[in-house]
Amino acid sequence: MRPPGLRRAACILAPVLLAAGCAGVQSALEPAGVEAVHIDRLLRLVTLFLALVFAGVLVATAIALAGPHAWREKLASEHLVVHAGMVFPLVALSVLLGYGIWVMGQGGSAQAGVGLRLDEDIAAAFEALPASGLRIAVTGERWWWRVEYVTADGRRFASANELRLPVGEPVPVLLASADVIHSFWVPKLAGKLDMIPGRVNTLTLEATAPGVSRGQCAEYCGGAHALMSFFVVAMPPAEFAAWLEREAAPAAEPATRAATAGRRLFMTHGCAGCHAIRGTVARGTIGPDLTHVGGRLSLGAGVLPNEPQAMARWIRDTAHVKPENLMPPFAIFTDAELRDLATYLEGLE
Amino acid sequence: MAFDERDLPNPLPRPEGELAELERVWATPKGWRIVTAVNNTVIGIFYIGTAFFLFLVAGLLALLMRTQLAVPENDFIGQPLYNQMFTVHGTTMMFLFAVPAVEALGVMLLPQMLAARDLPFPRLSAFAIWAYVIGGLVFVSTILYDLAPAGGWFMYPPLTLKEFSPGDNADFWLLGIGFIEISAIAGAIEIVVGTLKTRPPGMSLMRMPIFGWAMLIFAAMIMFAFPAVILATMMLEIERSFGWPFFTAAQGGDPLLWQHLFWFFGHPEVYIIFLPAAGLVSMIVPAMAQRPLIGYRFIVVALIATGFFSFGLWVHHMFTTGIPSLSLAFFSAASMAVAVPSGIQVFSWIATMAASRGRFRITTPSLFVLGFLVIFTIGGLTGVMVALVPLDFQVHDTYFVVAHFHYVLVGGMVFPLFATFYYWAPMVSRNMLSERLGRWVFWLMFAGFNVAFLPMHLTGLLGMPRRVWTYPADLGWDPLNLLSTVGTYVLAAGVLLFTIDLVVRFRPGQGQDNPWRAGTLEWLPTDLYSTRSIPLVTSREPLWDQPGLARDVAEGRYFLPGTLTGGRETLVTSPVEARPQYVIRMPGPGWPPFLAAVFMASFFLLLTVKAVVPAVACGVLMIVFCIAWAWSLDPGPGREVDIGGGIRLPTYMSGPRSHSWWAMVVLMFVAASLYLAWVFSYLFLWTVSPEAWSPHGAPALPAWRWPAASVLLLLAGSGLLLGAQRGLPRRGERAAGVPWQMLLALACLAAALGIELAGHWGSGLRPTQNAYAASVYMAVLLFGQLAFALAILGGFVIARHVTGRLDRERRVSFDNLALLFHYTVAQSLLGLALVHGFPRVVA
Repeated sequence: MRPPGLRRAACILAPVLLAAGCAGVQSALEPAGVEAVHIDRLLRLVTLFLALVFAGVLVATAIALAGPHAWREKLASEHLVVHAGMVFPLVALSVLLGYGIWVMGQGGSAQAGVGLRLDEDIAAAFEALPASGLRIAVTGERWWWRVEYVTADGRRFASANELRLPVGEPVPVLLASADVIHSFWVPKLAGKLDMIPGRVNTLTLEATAPGVSRGQCAEYCGGAHALMSFFVVAMPPAEFAAWLEREAAPAAEPATRAATAGRRLFMTHGCAGCHAIRGTVARGTIGPDLTHVGGRLSLGAGVLPNEPQAMARWIRDTAHVKPENLMPPFAIFTDAELRDLATYLEGLE
Repeated sequence: MAFDERDLPNPLPRPEGELAELERVWATPKGWRIVTAVNNTVIGIFYIGTAFFLFLVAGLLALLMRTQLAVPENDFIGQPLYNQMFTVHGTTMMFLFAVPAVEALGVMLLPQMLAARDLPFPRLSAFAIWAYVIGGLVFVSTILYDLAPAGGWFMYPPLTLKEFSPGDNADFWLLGIGFIEISAIAGAIEIVVGTLKTRPPGMSLMRMPIFGWAMLIFAAMIMFAFPAVILATMMLEIERSFGWPFFTAAQGGDPLLWQHLFWFFGHPEVYIIFLPAAGLVSMIVPAMAQRPLIGYRFIVVALIATGFFSFGLWVHHMFTTGIPSLSLAFFSAASMAVAVPSGIQVFSWIATMAASRGRFRITTPSLFVLGFLVIFTIGGLTGVMVALVPLDFQVHDTYFVVAHFHYVLVGGMVFPLFATFYYWAPMVSRNMLSERLGRWVFWLMFAGFNVAFLPMHLTGLLGMPRRVWTYPADLGWDPLNLLSTVGTYVLAAGVLLFTIDLVVRFRPGQGQDNPWRAGTLEWLPTDLYSTRSIPLVTSREPLWDQPGLARDVAEGRYFLPGTLTGGRETLVTSPVEARPQYVIRMPGPGWPPFLAAVFMASFFLLLTVKAVVPAVACGVLMIVFCIAWAWSLDPGPGREVDIGGGIRLPTYMSGPRSHSWWAMVVLMFVAASLYLAWVFSYLFLWTVSPEAWSPHGAPALPAWRWPAASVLLLLAGSGLLLGAQRGLPRRGERAAGVPWQMLLALACLAAALGIELAGHWGSGLRPTQNAYAASVYMAVLLFGQLAFALAILGGFVIARHVTGRLDRERRVSFDNLALLFHYTVAQSLLGLALVHGFPRVVA
């Protein structure tokens, strides 16, 4: 693992940059989770070994084409076929396979699904997990991520398009789908695991260092598949605990006139039909929960940086920002109204 | 059967007019009637030409997609079009280019390598090829008017269900590709029978060119792999159109069922493409080395092992679906094991190169072979990486995998294909392709390919998923993507240069005799009738080991130097030892196969756009033309003929020696694979949702007397048909009872089908109810499908009897009916036992 350089530090400190992205923030080669570290080690070793094998094949071919007569005669027999083509691969592959299966068996590995079926009954799946500690459920939707936290003391609340984790604690993440097949993938933390209608899979994430990772849907899910991303923020345990308290709380009351106006617009123009804001009358469940939308790193599932102008653009022009996405564009708002709405939503931290 | 120089089978001089007669019989139709041609070298060119054209189209799509991805946040191509483009690119490359191209090479090259005059079923080839040409061209054109499917080439439900993919786009994939799979199966039947039954005398299996082995295994794999995807396609289309919930989790279905069926086909598919290409390499390497292949027997075993293993590792496409660790370990091991046969082949080629007389000749074909060796080896090694489950967790569905399978497929198939173009062009063209330009083509393609695809390994590890139409800047992907795009353009320049050379220099006709001084029979002097006479083969490289062979063959001193029956004919030999058995009288040019193909394509395409009435009309016309075509077959016993060397052979054969019997048996294997895929689906869905099964989740099964009645009727039908078989009249007579027995047998079959259907319907079960119900009705449908075919075939055979074309000797049509009938009875008995027994046993 590379020590965090300046650029990465900047990434962590200035979340606004993140929506635009930062090199390495989605890289399997810069692991920051237990499983990803194991896989990275396996990858490096296997790559080196196979590069040597490849070099061997090249050298043999070169000798066969242009080598001295005596060398070529040595190669030109069925012994080469038997030894290099059969015995060597059998031995080498067996060793690799053993190592691969060992890595697979390491704790951080993606575990097979708990096998629940026929429902999005995450609740039942939560029951099946050990009740101590934090648990998270992520449901793939077209084209965003529904997130639910269950705290150690049993509180349960919704969020969307972002995960936060305490460093050093293995957190089981239940994966399900509401429509088509998606795949949950945060390369820096772990391998991917599919979200399949009718099934619930469990992936255990354990961050090894504080920092931001970017994740993206890895199974083609039609339409805006390319624009279905999210961020995972790993925080030191104490900071995380404080964040969890804030996140579990209902939305803050609007502090300014603009924000108050924004809230009125939100409640009266249909937004609340799809979105929930805890502590208000907005209880829609079709779209992402917006209770603390202002505190997230991005908008539209990793599509835009989270800032007022982007929020306004998202509301009015969502069909262009994220083609085919299922939120209807709201061209009914005037510029001033959009500003109010954005102020209100951005204030929900 | 050993002849020395003095006593070749046929003496010189050959009779006056023998050659002219042969030329007349094998003449190619002129002008636009060329579409009625059936000769393998003529239709083979249409076949490979269409495949190459579709390769260019799909390649152009790739070029456009790479242009879109050259820079981040690009809007050159929008999201909906891009999603259609990668679907059409993958689908076209896999289904409409790769498989047809290698099948086309089989059609073109196999008869020449086996010194056969043609494939055993020339009209079936013509039919399959025209169906493919029309269907393929229509399918790719859908991208032009926003009708192309956008579900990715493996079309995973639920994304491809009506709810998430409304419109006809997905149906173009399901119906359009579905019937092209049928055409691939027709080709496979042709190739199995061709390699096993039309080899020249003396060419035992162990003397068959490696390409023959590769194609035999290729065809066998198609027989077992394609039915799985055909069944899956049928079920998905039925769910889309009629709501039978095979893949809907909420109704007891499972999206993973599609993945199992698709990859049970899809993984062997990769080897279906690779094996023939490897076979071609095993032909080119010895020619360039001027030495026999080292490790021939190992390669044969490796080909068979690859075919076998490839059916045991489909789950490695599903490592990230959350399946249990034990399965992961098993399929990981199987996936690694399949690397061994490839290792055997690679080192056989290297050993043969090392054994070269002088040095290995560096020509354009050998450059492409060497390029293949390098690229394919990298693809094989990255294959080992993705077979390691933890690595696959990271790289699955990323650009790493995109790089991996392009290395395997472009390396393993496209480079050998270009080697083939350069190597075998002189066999069918008056000019060779340019060796000078060829070097440019090779280096552009080789450099372009590696510049495009090598960086993608890294792009994937840096986190870029596949199938994204755009990506944000500054994730570290930008320079790699730009590099890949540049490489793609270089690759495309190579392909363009080749295409120009092809247009300028390729002229169908009789080419040079053996420009590479190769040892196998396709380099004998040929004309439209293939070789003048059919040689007796005593080694694997007859042209090297049998001096004077080319001259003697061309002078007509070997077998069958003219036409003995006044029509097209070729020699049938025994499957292992290749002893002459009989002479097939083969059909010449004709409209029925072409028209049947046109109407079959129209039937499926009209069905896609829900024009049901015109579709049905086309379906009826297709059947009419198939009957018209089949009516002229089964000519009945003719006189015995002397092919030379004192060998007198019959010109008609029925029973297990007949090529027709073999084809029907192959077809039964295909049907059985399809049915076993259904049995798998039924049991798989039960493991997923046992609660949907009768009697808990569905009405109780019909009482025992219902299936019992079906069983009795089925057995009675088989008995009646056996009776008809014993009662077949002597030559020139009629037997009044035979048509009635056949009719009654068909009626028994229909009644058994009706009772099975009525039983379930009466119990209140409806196919839309849940996945269990849908599976039950699917069994009825598969039964009904065979019953429908048997009704047409039965009517045909009855008509043969009524018109005096069926008797104890002239009976191939009857034998085919009987084989398929008894097979259908056996299949239905298994189905009844499962459908009526299984739920009762587990309840």
